[in-house]
Amino acid sequence: MQTRGVDVFYGDAQAIKAVDLDIYARTVTAFIGPSGCGKSTFLRALNRMNDTIEICRVKGEILLDGYNVYGKGVDPVEVRRRVGMVFQKSNPFPKSIFENVAFGLRIAGMKDKNEVAQRVEESLKGAALWDELKDRLEESALGLSGGQQQRLCIARTLAVRPDVILMDEPTSALDPIATARIEELLRELKQEYTIVIVTHSMQQAARVSDYTAFFYMGELIEYGDTETLFTRPSQKKTEEYITGRFG
Amino acid sequence: MNYTRKDWLLAGLSGTALLIILALLAVLLGQIVMHGAPTISGEFLSGSPTADMTGGGIWPAIYGTVFMTLLMTLAGVPVGIATAVYLTEYASSRSRMAQLVRVAVNNLAGVPSIVFGLFGLGFFVLFVGGTLDTMVYGEGTAPVWGKPSILWASLTLAVLTLPVVIVTTEEALRQVPKELREASLALGATRFQTVYKVVLPNAVGGILTGVILAVSRGAGEVAPIIFVGAANFLPYLPTDLRDMFMHLGYHVYALATQSPNVDAARPTLFGTVLVLLTLTFSLNFLAIIIRSRTRATRT
Repeated sequence: MQTRGVDVFYGDAQAIKAVDLDIYARTVTAFIGPSGCGKSTFLRALNRMNDTIEICRVKGEILLDGYNVYGKGVDPVEVRRRVGMVFQKSNPFPKSIFENVAFGLRIAGMKDKNEVAQRVEESLKGAALWDELKDRLEESALGLSGGQQQRLCIARTLAVRPDVILMDEPTSALDPIATARIEELLRELKQEYTIVIVTHSMQQAARVSDYTAFFYMGELIEYGDTETLFTRPSQKKTEEYITGRFG
Repeated sequence: MNYTRKDWLLAGLSGTALLIILALLAVLLGQIVMHGAPTISGEFLSGSPTADMTGGGIWPAIYGTVFMTLLMTLAGVPVGIATAVYLTEYASSRSRMAQLVRVAVNNLAGVPSIVFGLFGLGFFVLFVGGTLDTMVYGEGTAPVWGKPSILWASLTLAVLTLPVVIVTTEEALRQVPKELREASLALGATRFQTVYKVVLPNAVGGILTGVILAVSRGAGEVAPIIFVGAANFLPYLPTDLRDMFMHLGYHVYALATQSPNVDAARPTLFGTVLVLLTLTFSLNFLAIIIRSRTRATRT
């Protein structure tokens, strides 16, 4: 995925200014920056989730396999099928575990029962949930622990087989053990998926990502491979942020 | 907890207010049950009234009330739910149209019910019915559609209950968390799929509660149907949408004021009130059960 000169506005306020960014396939890219820097807004622009907010406008190009997702005649529904999203607060549907994962398949029109069941199993395995939950598939998803709910949301996203998975602070509501499991999962998922994760924790970015983008006040200050950015940042702002002088 | 003097005063005042309300309700219900219960019998529930309305049963009124309530629900509820879905899920929050509809709905809710009756007479009976008659049968013939009937009464009450349905449905839809909508959209659902598969199923308890409360209010209304279809005395059951019908509420009014012998009609009167109350109370009770059930499953 590439973005070219992307601006995002909320009404008259500009939240994101001219961001050019290349996201590489089958890597984990982390967006870091202080609260309110626009990293989540930018993430939500990538799969047109911002379309649901009336006053939000996006300018510039966001290219997925060379096609602009904001181009004329592009269906945002199609974009979201290819670019899935996991949210800050786990948000399972008040249905069974099985139906949560099957939701994306059913709305895409998959009817064959065996096919659905197979995909659900595959997705739960992909999210490292199968062994824990295979005997509880008919139970309500709301009975799961926070960490399990969040991994269920990941499984639900995997079921649609997107190319890119966007994660908006997926572990901010979880305890350290649940967080560690999700981070471990990210390392496995990047074998097959392109992952973009917004995080408020620099340690997390350093642990899981291959590339890191530092945002500040709606601008992309620095972008590069994670190790370089954290050890030898080229911008003064980045250095100040990662050494904890502000933010 | 320790009460100060002011607390005692306030607790005393509010407690007294509570007791007054409870006592009023108890006396009211007690009177009705005491005078009405002896009248209730299989014959009373299944028979037709006698010509002077002092005896006989009230089956035509029960049947008419239920029939009218069903028609009213069929006509009003889908429109109300659809309007609420449009207002919360589709209309832009800045849309003039949506704002106008909301203002209209709120004003509609404040209109006295007798005015709905006049509206029903003017619009449904005379305008819609009358126009149908001239179109089908030509000028100056005896009215077929253009006279009071169960159809027009049901439609009038449907309009009356519309604001309640719309407001409660909107409320129920708004209670569905934004996160669930986003989850659905992020999985590639269209807006319609999100409404149909996520929002409506999660709001169904609230919507049903609202619908039942609206229906129970409509079932007990008398004023609007005086002009548009309720009959004073009709020993047979309505078989056609264009027939007039008897109604429990209206029957009470008729027994109390129009009967040739009001004193002789009193037992029938109380019996009828008891049946009407039982009907509307059971609807309310159903609403309470549904509400508590959906609350229990949502946590």
